[in-house]
Amino acid sequence: MRFDLTDEQRAIREAVRDLCASRYGIEAARRAADGATGDALWPELAKSGWAGLGVAQPHGGQGLGVLELALVVEELGYALAPAAFLGNAAAGLLVAAAGTEQQQARVLPGVASGERRAAFGVLDARGDAMLLDPDAATVFVVANGDRAVVADPAKQRMESLPSLDLTRRLVKLIEVDGEAMTRGVQRGLDQVEVLVAAELVGVAQHALDLALEHAKQRQQFGRPIGAYQAVSHRCADMLVAVESARSAVLSAAWTADHQPDQLAFAASVAKALAGDAAWHATASALQIHGGIGFTWEHPIHLFLRRAAASSRFLGSVDEHLERAAELGGLGGETTAPVAAELSGAARR
Amino acid sequence: MDLTLSADELAFRDEIRAWLRDHHPGPEPDGTEAGFEHRLAWQRTLHDAGYAGIAWPKEYGGRGATLMEQTIFNEELVRARAPAPANVLGLIMGGPVVITLGTEDQKRRFLAPILSGAEIWCQGFSEPDSGSDLASVRTRAERADGGWRITGQKVWTSFAHRARWCMLLTRTSDDARYHNLTYFVCDMRQPGVTVRPLRQITGDTEFNEVFFDSVFVGDENVIGRPGEGWNVALTTLMFERPGLGVASALGIKLALGELAELIRARGLANDSAIRRRFGKLVVDAEAIRLNGYRGLSRTQRDGVPGPEGSMIKIQWATVNQALTELAVDVLGVDALAIDSVWTHRMLRARANSIEGGTSEIQRNILAERVLALPRLR
Repeated sequence: MRFDLTDEQRAIREAVRDLCASRYGIEAARRAADGATGDALWPELAKSGWAGLGVAQPHGGQGLGVLELALVVEELGYALAPAAFLGNAAAGLLVAAAGTEQQQARVLPGVASGERRAAFGVLDARGDAMLLDPDAATVFVVANGDRAVVADPAKQRMESLPSLDLTRRLVKLIEVDGEAMTRGVQRGLDQVEVLVAAELVGVAQHALDLALEHAKQRQQFGRPIGAYQAVSHRCADMLVAVESARSAVLSAAWTADHQPDQLAFAASVAKALAGDAAWHATASALQIHGGIGFTWEHPIHLFLRRAAASSRFLGSVDEHLERAAELGGLGGETTAPVAAELSGAARR
Repeated sequence: MDLTLSADELAFRDEIRAWLRDHHPGPEPDGTEAGFEHRLAWQRTLHDAGYAGIAWPKEYGGRGATLMEQTIFNEELVRARAPAPANVLGLIMGGPVVITLGTEDQKRRFLAPILSGAEIWCQGFSEPDSGSDLASVRTRAERADGGWRITGQKVWTSFAHRARWCMLLTRTSDDARYHNLTYFVCDMRQPGVTVRPLRQITGDTEFNEVFFDSVFVGDENVIGRPGEGWNVALTTLMFERPGLGVASALGIKLALGELAELIRARGLANDSAIRRRFGKLVVDAEAIRLNGYRGLSRTQRDGVPGPEGSMIKIQWATVNQALTELAVDVLGVDALAIDSVWTHRMLRARANSIEGGTSEIQRNILAERVLALPRLR
């Protein structure tokens, strides 16, 4: 048992953190929020080989796992980087999990090199889809439940949607036209849920850092507001939520790579904890900032918007809680270890 | 990163599991005294097998187990629903503090009877006016011929009526705060010591008030030096929690299994509101387990425990309280009549956010030591 990153994994995280800190501060997110198009970060991410981390080597990737992708995505979430990395990685995971050999050979090399980027979205019951960051993508992958479709962007009818998350472009695809994938879709979706959760952990961590910075510096009644327990205890609760979500994301990402039959439970735990942590951390950070936190200029609303949107993408907190309940002891058959223990205990 | 047990860890777990299968003492009998005798016999069984004080160094009769082995051992005890040994405070706090800060004479005198259960230990820290602000204790020790005379009152003292020795934090001078305290091992079997059971909201009497009226303690029973009692007390508390997160999460999962049965028996398994609350408990219990393992790995890497002790203490109290509340909600109007299990647990759980450091104090610790926020004081 070693719940700890390897040196190589640490190096990946540090490198992404350094790139984001040096080149893509909050100004890049702000420019995107104010409607700037184009994604200056994308070529750098692709050039560094990070886009191909999770793609198998025969398809031009590095053959690493969901864990390495999650480390990159958490840092991008922290920076609120306007990069289409998540959607490209998500589409790659889906095609690797559910695509035919032919589809994999067609899509994955472009995902890995970043030269033919993929975008990802969710299907609805009518066959329409909501897609993230479509710009410059050469293939769309949309999925839901046990159904997924690989689609050519040129053949789609699209409508631009006003995005709650100002740093992310959103479009609606009408009656998606493409090739269906049917095997292994749920496993691919669970892997993507872990990535979305990783991004939310980054968002929550940044909100906590902003709150702490303000609480230490802002003076009222003659002392820093962070000295008051109404503020400091709120920060302590944020810490507990962020660290719990991070533990759950790391564990779920490792589970995706090493114990895929137990991924559904781990993914729901991670997505529920990360969704909650991100919303409460961003809302608390806004509250701690007081009036300034409610202004358009202050960046905290960009994080709050990301948290509100992504915590509802691929299953809300409540939906994941219900799945955790089902797999964790309340409902029928399950492969999750916790449930195995629970049913054993119940028999005694 | 590897979230499975290594071959050695698996072998250790299987050894413990097999031993527990053959030596499990059976369910604990009702009643405080009968329960204590049961746990005393259990400690002798553990001791005979070399499992009492597995975290203690080998030279003092322990097993020198690694942090991970201690965690596995605690987890297996919980999984088997085996009781804690009777002398739990001596094993996890008294012994380790004597090993760390005691003299050779003290080690020879105190350690073996702690392990065997021959001498029970209790902890005299909290007082009626000193709870969270522990350094303000007022129980006084005055110089006497060859030792000290102690007068004052302690409270929330588990096992006091069965204890031979008390870890006693006292005030011995008017020096500055944190430099005015002395830590004794006080003999409880002598005139001037009065133990009064304290009835708690469940109706049980787990804890006691202890009154000291000019009670003598020899110089040989001071741990550390006079005036250094605060650091000895902090050392004692440091031993209280490492590695307990994982086992406490498993305890919650076992309780969740019982709760799931109750929910199904009451026909509420498909009620969406109940499912969400149950799911929240499952998810939070898993967070405690994972935070516990992650903290252990960090401690193994850095050599010092991180903040997870306070985090896990807050989470455990919150989850255990919410779990028992959900169970009582499932009982519905039947909860008006006392239920043999859940109403008792619901009442007992109210202590979880107080005992061992309140949740508010744990948040102060996180805010000041982890987040580096300014102190109000």
